[in-house]
Amino acid sequence: MSVMPTDIPENDPAPEIRAADLEEGTSLWKDAWHRLCQNHLAILGLGIFVFVTLLSIFGPFLTPYSYETTNLAYGPRPPSLEHWLGTDDLGRDLLTRLLHGGRVSIGVGFCATAVSLLIGVLYGAVSGYLGGKTDAVMMRLVDILYALPFTIFVILLMVIFGRNIILLFVAIGAVEWLTMARIVRGQVSVLKTREFIEAAVSLGLNQRRIILRHIIPNVLGPIIVYSTLTVPAVMLLEAVLSFLGLGVQPPMSSWGLLIKEGAEKMDVYPWLLISPALIFSATLFSLNFLGDGLRDALDPQSSTD
Amino acid sequence: MLKFICIRILQTIPVLLIIATLTFFMVRLAPGDPISNEKTVPPEIRANLEAFYGFDDSLWVQYLRYMGNLLHGDLGPSYKYVGWSVNELIAQSFPVSLELGIYAFIIALLLGTAAGVVAALKKNSLADYVPMSFAMAGICLPTFVMGPMLVLVFAMWLGWFNPLGWTYWYDRVLPALTLGLYYSAYIARLSRGGMLEILSQDFIRTARAKGLPEKIVVLRHAIKGGLLPVISFMGPAFAGLISGSFVVETIFFIPGLGRFFIMAAFNRDYTMILGTVLFYATLIIILNLVVDVLLVLLNPRMSFD
Amino acid sequence: MAVAIVLCLWGCGRKETNVIRGDREQILFKGNGTEPAGIDPHVVTGVTEHNILTALFEGLVSENPIDLHPEPGVAKSWEISEDGRTYTFHLRENARWSNGDPVRAQDFVYSFRRILSPGLGAEYAYMLYPLRNGKAFNTGKIDDFSEVGVKTEGDLTLIIELENPTPYFLELLNHASWWPVHPPTIEKFGRIDQRGTPWTRPGNIVTNGAFTLKDWKINQHLVVEKNPLYWDAQEVELNEIHFLPIDSIDAEERAFRTGHIHLTETIPLHRIDYYRENRPELIRFDPYLGTYYYRINTNVSPLGDKRVRLALAMTINREEITRYVLKGGQNPAYHYTPPDTNGYTALSRFEYDVERARELLAEAGFPGGRGFPELELLYNTSEAHRSIAVAIQQMWNEALNIKVKLLNEEWKVYLASVTNGDFQISRAGWIGDYNDPNTFLDMWLTGGGNNMTGWSNSEYDRFIELAGRAIDARERFEYFQQAEAILMDEMPVIPIYFYVSNLLIHPSVKGWHPTILDHHPYKFVSLAAEEDTVGLNTDH
Repeated sequence: MSVMPTDIPENDPAPEIRAADLEEGTSLWKDAWHRLCQNHLAILGLGIFVFVTLLSIFGPFLTPYSYETTNLAYGPRPPSLEHWLGTDDLGRDLLTRLLHGGRVSIGVGFCATAVSLLIGVLYGAVSGYLGGKTDAVMMRLVDILYALPFTIFVILLMVIFGRNIILLFVAIGAVEWLTMARIVRGQVSVLKTREFIEAAVSLGLNQRRIILRHIIPNVLGPIIVYSTLTVPAVMLLEAVLSFLGLGVQPPMSSWGLLIKEGAEKMDVYPWLLISPALIFSATLFSLNFLGDGLRDALDPQSSTD
Repeated sequence: MLKFICIRILQTIPVLLIIATLTFFMVRLAPGDPISNEKTVPPEIRANLEAFYGFDDSLWVQYLRYMGNLLHGDLGPSYKYVGWSVNELIAQSFPVSLELGIYAFIIALLLGTAAGVVAALKKNSLADYVPMSFAMAGICLPTFVMGPMLVLVFAMWLGWFNPLGWTYWYDRVLPALTLGLYYSAYIARLSRGGMLEILSQDFIRTARAKGLPEKIVVLRHAIKGGLLPVISFMGPAFAGLISGSFVVETIFFIPGLGRFFIMAAFNRDYTMILGTVLFYATLIIILNLVVDVLLVLLNPRMSFD
Repeated sequence: MAVAIVLCLWGCGRKETNVIRGDREQILFKGNGTEPAGIDPHVVTGVTEHNILTALFEGLVSENPIDLHPEPGVAKSWEISEDGRTYTFHLRENARWSNGDPVRAQDFVYSFRRILSPGLGAEYAYMLYPLRNGKAFNTGKIDDFSEVGVKTEGDLTLIIELENPTPYFLELLNHASWWPVHPPTIEKFGRIDQRGTPWTRPGNIVTNGAFTLKDWKINQHLVVEKNPLYWDAQEVELNEIHFLPIDSIDAEERAFRTGHIHLTETIPLHRIDYYRENRPELIRFDPYLGTYYYRINTNVSPLGDKRVRLALAMTINREEITRYVLKGGQNPAYHYTPPDTNGYTALSRFEYDVERARELLAEAGFPGGRGFPELELLYNTSEAHRSIAVAIQQMWNEALNIKVKLLNEEWKVYLASVTNGDFQISRAGWIGDYNDPNTFLDMWLTGGGNNMTGWSNSEYDRFIELAGRAIDARERFEYFQQAEAILMDEMPVIPIYFYVSNLLIHPSVKGWHPTILDHHPYKFVSLAAEEDTVGLNTDH
């Protein structure tokens, strides 16, 4: 099954030249930015995302309600002129809660994804590149961490360090980087057999340089795609962690929590699910377009398109 | 290759021992124990119970005792479900989770790769946006939203399926869809990214330039490389499908292992936690091994080192 | 998707629901909340388990299905000595185990010995502490069971001697810890004090109740079927009961709506309004012997000051909470023991009084809430607990200008925090073990295992002790009144509401009476199909 087509020339000289290009880091990023600007969808995505972020930061000041003031007798009501998105079962204004929750979700989504990205990519790249025994040990470590019970891990973290927002990132990062590491490692172990890497090795570049300058930029595609997938996963994981008492405490909320609660009540109070799900989706769609744009822009091969 | 597999299997033994050890001490350090309950029992009775479970011995003695039994394949009695052994409970419930996982995996793989490959080939056209939008929607609708939604529409309103249960063959449809759609969204995104990466590479361009029919270029040359990220993701995904089915098993009232796995942690059912963790760890390690073998088989330039 | 569509077309033909089949064949389908931890009456502790055990076993007495007063069970009659310390039970000749063996007085002695054996580690062994020397045997102070206050005269007479006159003793006998097990079956699978032997498996277990175990698949179902050898078998109408451990309350409600079950264990908060307005005949709000309260750690300043505690208690608007948050017909609690607990209703009560509360807080040194430290309110994760906590957080902030921080913890962590006194205020609930004020009031004795507030009052302890020894019921209740007055004056616990049991019940279920302990002897339950059995779902 693994017969490679023999009719394709494999000693294409182009990659070596490109490897040299990569040394000129600044021009690469400049190029990429330029290409990104030409991608309308990506710019639209960026715009929406910035808009939602600003709305989350400043929006709660603009609504006449507080995210925490209950109005028990008012209760859950569908959207109206006073409450544009309706109220929840304690009579709180959903719009305010949604915008307020965005702060938590966007913050957690990005910080935790960044943590998992940093660890996962470096770890995966090193493991995949070095191969052999080092790879075996590093990957078995990933296997071990995969297996440990997450609930207990989080509970222990809280027992040892107390309730702390940093822990939230640690806990989420600790699980999310594992899959990232495996994906990157898989890509890298393939990539390192390619000519331009072999060329870089034969040129005598040191390993750190090869990994950072040649390997990682060439696996950016899957990394970006997987990151845009990690952001929603992280936002939802945050809701699970609140169950364990880590993360946001009531009366604060987050998108993950609002969606989770909305899902339970969807056939009685559908508005409690619809608007959180919509804003969550809009953010992810925009990120996704941005991610695709970035992927295209940063793809070393696409410059010749 | 045989040697590679043998070495990896040998590596599994220390990995499992480390997992067992770490998990054992983690669960013991976590606050709460299997005995604690809303109503506190008199201290004398608590002492009787602790004696029964052997909690009055030192932790090391308990650890050695557990590991001793483990070497005989005995995972011990469940502390929560009096009169049942962990081995029995796993044997009873795993086939259910496996069945559900396999259906969901097939759905995820077929839908995901098909959508991803088509989207990549028709990049930036309707055939790209539509499936990718569905994929994004799939990611925005986690199982705890998708599940109740499918139930609401297909079981409650249309009455085509049972809203819960695992008795008849058609009881499999909604849970498998819920679980499968979520993962298919991931696979679609990853395979689209991977395909784009490959399609822009030189050997594909060369193949096209040589006038090979597009069908052959895609099916014979591109897919193999393009699905690499998917293959790396497959290990964790399949493991996630059969272990992470807690939410789906709860929504649909399915007697699978996922419920035991999560509930064991909440019940502090020490032996059950360890048993399920070790069981899943073994499974994940085997799956990752399969993935690694696949990676090499699909890339003749890699070797089993 | 295409596959799904094909399947759907096939599935369109209406299937017979469990409810319709059950009504025809007298099979009750009951949502049971969660998987039982087991069905050994001497080992398990929960309500879920108790609901199953009542089908399988029968004690010396049984319960009236309407008001739960003790009725003859395995014992057809009994005498009580004048000092209230000796009970003589006469067993009926035709009481049988499901394998045909007669139920003998010796079986009870064996069963009491079993649950009191230290090796078994039975959590509810303390239910048998009223037995003379019961506690001494259970704690290993004596090894000879013959010193424990139970003996037989022939096969059919059982004599029980108590430490103290215990007016609620017959009610106590309806707790599973007092029920008999079949000695040869226990011995066949292990020692008398061996926990977790397979004797409770289908095929192994021998029971003496109206039903026997037919099938049990963990996390799937537990099925009991009518026991033809039961002494009162001709009165039993149900042929089978299927207990379904549906943990998700939303899934359980959907199961009810589609005719999969006759009865639910509970009902999701957000569903109550719908049923109340549209299908009131399906929803039940039955008083339940339990109190929901906030436990205060009196060792934490400034909660050690009773004026602060009273101020907190007086500023919770319980009507709003029960009406708008809980919605299930719960009663606001202004005293601790639920009203009409076996005839006892506390006379002392406090009022919702914001003005008085502000004065009290000012007297305690925090006029207008100034200088009052931020309080921490701990609860275990659940939607209802969270909503109540959020509402009370607001009420205290508005009325007293006190800031409260909410902390939620996963169940077992929460239990550990509370037991270790690592909290300031914590959510708690107490369900009576038996229908008597004692089960609510003796827990606040100094150093009581369930006290956990650090509160101690010698006067209170004295009244509870006096009540324990009183023979006259009026005198006894008087002591309880005095004790409860002290409790409410000191307020180490803030009562919030009295529980109700909310459940959905299909109209075809007959004989499911509202009872204070939520006990429903299944032998009085039957099914009668009504015209309106379908259509539960379609009108929605």
